[in-house]
Amino acid sequence: MNSFLTIVLDGLIQASWLFIVALGLTLVFGVLKILNIAHGSFYALGAYIAATAVTFVAAHSLPPSVGFVAMLASVALIASAVGLLLERGLLKMFYGRDEVVLLLVTYAVFLILEDVTKLIWGVNPIYATQPYELFGNVAFAGLYYVGYDLLLMPISAAVGFAVWFGLNRTVTGKIVLAVIHNEEMSVSMGVRVNRVYAVAFAFGVLLAALAGALTAPKISMQPGLSSDVIILSFAIVVIGGLGSVEGAAVGAILVGLARAASVHLVPQAELFMIYLIMAGVLMFRPEGLFKREAARRI
Amino acid sequence: MKPILSARRLEKRFGAVVAADALSIDIAAGQKVSLIGANGAGKTTFVNMVTGYLKPDSGSIALDGMNIGRRSPRHVAELGISRSFQIPQLFIDLTAAENLAVAVSGTHPRALSFHSPAEAHGRRDKALELLERFGLADLADRPISELAGGVRKLVDIAMALVRRPRLLLLDEPTSGVSAEEKFATMDRVIHAVAPDAATIVFVEHDMEIVSRYADRVVAFYQGRILADGDPRDVLNDPEVRRYVTGGAQ
Amino acid sequence: MKHGRLHPLVMIALVVAATLFGRILPTWTLSLATVAASNALIALGIVILARTGNVSFGQGLFFAAGGYGVALIANAWGVTDAVAQMVIGAVCGGLLGLVIGPLIARYSGIFFGMLTLALSMVLYGALVKSSALGGSDGFNVGRPSLFGMVFVDPREADFMLYAVSVVTTGLAGIAATILFRSELGLASLAVRENNLRIEYLGISANRVITINFIIAAVFAGASGAFALMAQRHIDPQFAYWTTSGEFVFVAVLAGYQSVAAVFVASLALELVRSFSNLYLPNTWQLVLGVFLLGVILFLPRGIGSLWIREKRKRSKPAAATPAAVRKGVAL
Repeated sequence: MNSFLTIVLDGLIQASWLFIVALGLTLVFGVLKILNIAHGSFYALGAYIAATAVTFVAAHSLPPSVGFVAMLASVALIASAVGLLLERGLLKMFYGRDEVVLLLVTYAVFLILEDVTKLIWGVNPIYATQPYELFGNVAFAGLYYVGYDLLLMPISAAVGFAVWFGLNRTVTGKIVLAVIHNEEMSVSMGVRVNRVYAVAFAFGVLLAALAGALTAPKISMQPGLSSDVIILSFAIVVIGGLGSVEGAAVGAILVGLARAASVHLVPQAELFMIYLIMAGVLMFRPEGLFKREAARRI
Repeated sequence: MKPILSARRLEKRFGAVVAADALSIDIAAGQKVSLIGANGAGKTTFVNMVTGYLKPDSGSIALDGMNIGRRSPRHVAELGISRSFQIPQLFIDLTAAENLAVAVSGTHPRALSFHSPAEAHGRRDKALELLERFGLADLADRPISELAGGVRKLVDIAMALVRRPRLLLLDEPTSGVSAEEKFATMDRVIHAVAPDAATIVFVEHDMEIVSRYADRVVAFYQGRILADGDPRDVLNDPEVRRYVTGGAQ
Repeated sequence: MKHGRLHPLVMIALVVAATLFGRILPTWTLSLATVAASNALIALGIVILARTGNVSFGQGLFFAAGGYGVALIANAWGVTDAVAQMVIGAVCGGLLGLVIGPLIARYSGIFFGMLTLALSMVLYGALVKSSALGGSDGFNVGRPSLFGMVFVDPREADFMLYAVSVVTTGLAGIAATILFRSELGLASLAVRENNLRIEYLGISANRVITINFIIAAVFAGASGAFALMAQRHIDPQFAYWTTSGEFVFVAVLAGYQSVAAVFVASLALELVRSFSNLYLPNTWQLVLGVFLLGVILFLPRGIGSLWIREKRKRSKPAAATPAAVRKGVAL
């Protein structure tokens, strides 16, 4: 029973940050119809920037709480800028090309960012643990949890709610939804799709980087981080259905739980389990759990 | 006379839209049937159901007494029903002759082989013969992407003929063809089709075409059949004039 | 597509010439050319499959299946013959393709790419954790021999491997040109252009895709065997998605019109790789990424389009055939 609870809690903690990453990926796909391979790189970028901010704050012997705020703020700023720059400066050139071509473009971006992070931060592991101790430890059902980990859950829920609210209850959100569901129609109604694209992509980058920043205190930053994360978030959005917010949530929870369960029960099978779930979902629901197939008009 | 195609009580809904409402039609061999009706009346849905692209929610479709309501487009094609499309469905980067050659390959798909050259004589001759019938021989080696809409329409119909279908369904054969050319186009189609397909069902919006080429007209309205019979009777039917042809005469 | 209509005998002569050319190549170029030939083989498979409109981001699956299959059999039964190892690799890849092909042919576009990637990552995940296969470190195998001859001189051993891989890849290339000109090859392009119409013509798009998929898997398996023989070591990296990504890169660089372009692309990639290792250490992926963007931007149909007379302009298939539409929507 205890181990069951551990698995569930660990799984939800994992799901918390995975959801934020996957949410960005799924939104970008929904709006731009691009499956962004570089998404994991933005996660890594966020984690590295956060680490730099935390280290900077610690070096100037400011309190870790300042470090926490500094890491979120610096990530938000840089990620939005990078996102806007990439969309306006690069992706724009490839719109209208085949979706597989766009996939390759983001693969190129992934490759480039991979080495750029190496050039800036080196190849040795980097740590930024100071904020991790900020919220103490919590005893729960006879187990000790790091407060920071537990805090990830409400943060993730808040991000999810904010995105849901933003999409469904604000004018901007409705415009974005219109572009997601029927781009042609929204163009004919005067939506400036270019602007929606830029904002959506930057926001997607921001979400990935935010998740990176939030997990930075928990992990060691080193090359390979981005490709591990993109593999996980692909699985999540494909399970949930590309472009679906609810799907990203359910997918994140499934993948989080699968990871936690395999870590506790069959540590050999972690990646295997996740991709087995994904392959299984695709076999029975090729468009993912939360998406309906659209028939083609002939 | 025994019908070649027999649809019974077909139902099809898309959410709240009723595309087929207890639809029953018999089509006899040798008929030239025109389906008329406003957009959304269910004509193309009917064609899609007969050719296996859409599965009816209920009801049955029989070809010579064999139920085909659940078959895939491929099986339906193999059984002898071919169709053309409102928007031509072609292989746009391939030439007209290659498009036809693929269609010829389809007549013996098990032999789709690694070693037989795509431009083998038999296949190429058959492809060229069909293009010639439509007066397109000189365009044979042009890629579809360079051909005008009207020509694409004809290539699309030519591909449907490769199998010498027993029943040919044409979805708006003259849409996108200019008013001056429509009779010439339709003449070409009817002439080219004649040796291969005895039975033709065509969806059409142009009443001049309908009255000139159809020997039977079926008027659709909201997924139901409003009138069915001799073209003159159907086109003069008050309900048809009110709901379909819009009384514009 | 219009291919340079080379006579098969001319092609065979070219393969022989390329093989003999290895005698005068300096040693470092020889191993580079071996890798290039072996990578060209797997990329050729991706190109063949791409002609049906499907890009596999998981050829590493068959690459690893071939490599591990050969390594295990070589160690267990003492099979050291290079040709035998190549055949074993091809069979391992092909058998796996035979199982997976029919399942995966239903998917297209991004889903096809993601599912292939997922399957290769399943294998990767399993290999990393399987201690019997050396886990993430993998294991070593011995030097290959050829027809009972054992090559002690490393230079001779390198040339032997070069010769076997160039001949194999060359023959695969000749087979591919025959395939491209065949009925099946034309039907493959038709599937790519409009997978709905092809069904209405009585041809099963799934069947066409499956056949091409299995051919690609066979090539990938053989390529995995060559990679194993060249490195005399295997590890789960064979199945990792970035490995597959490099093969896709070669295929994109080549374009899908010309077989020769695949060889040129693979060689170009290896040259760029060795120069960037030499002069720009740690920026190999950066170079690769910029290179890839440049190709997509300036040579959208690959370097093959440089010498294949382009009589067909790139035209977006109108509303009728978005590549993204899944086949068999209502089937």
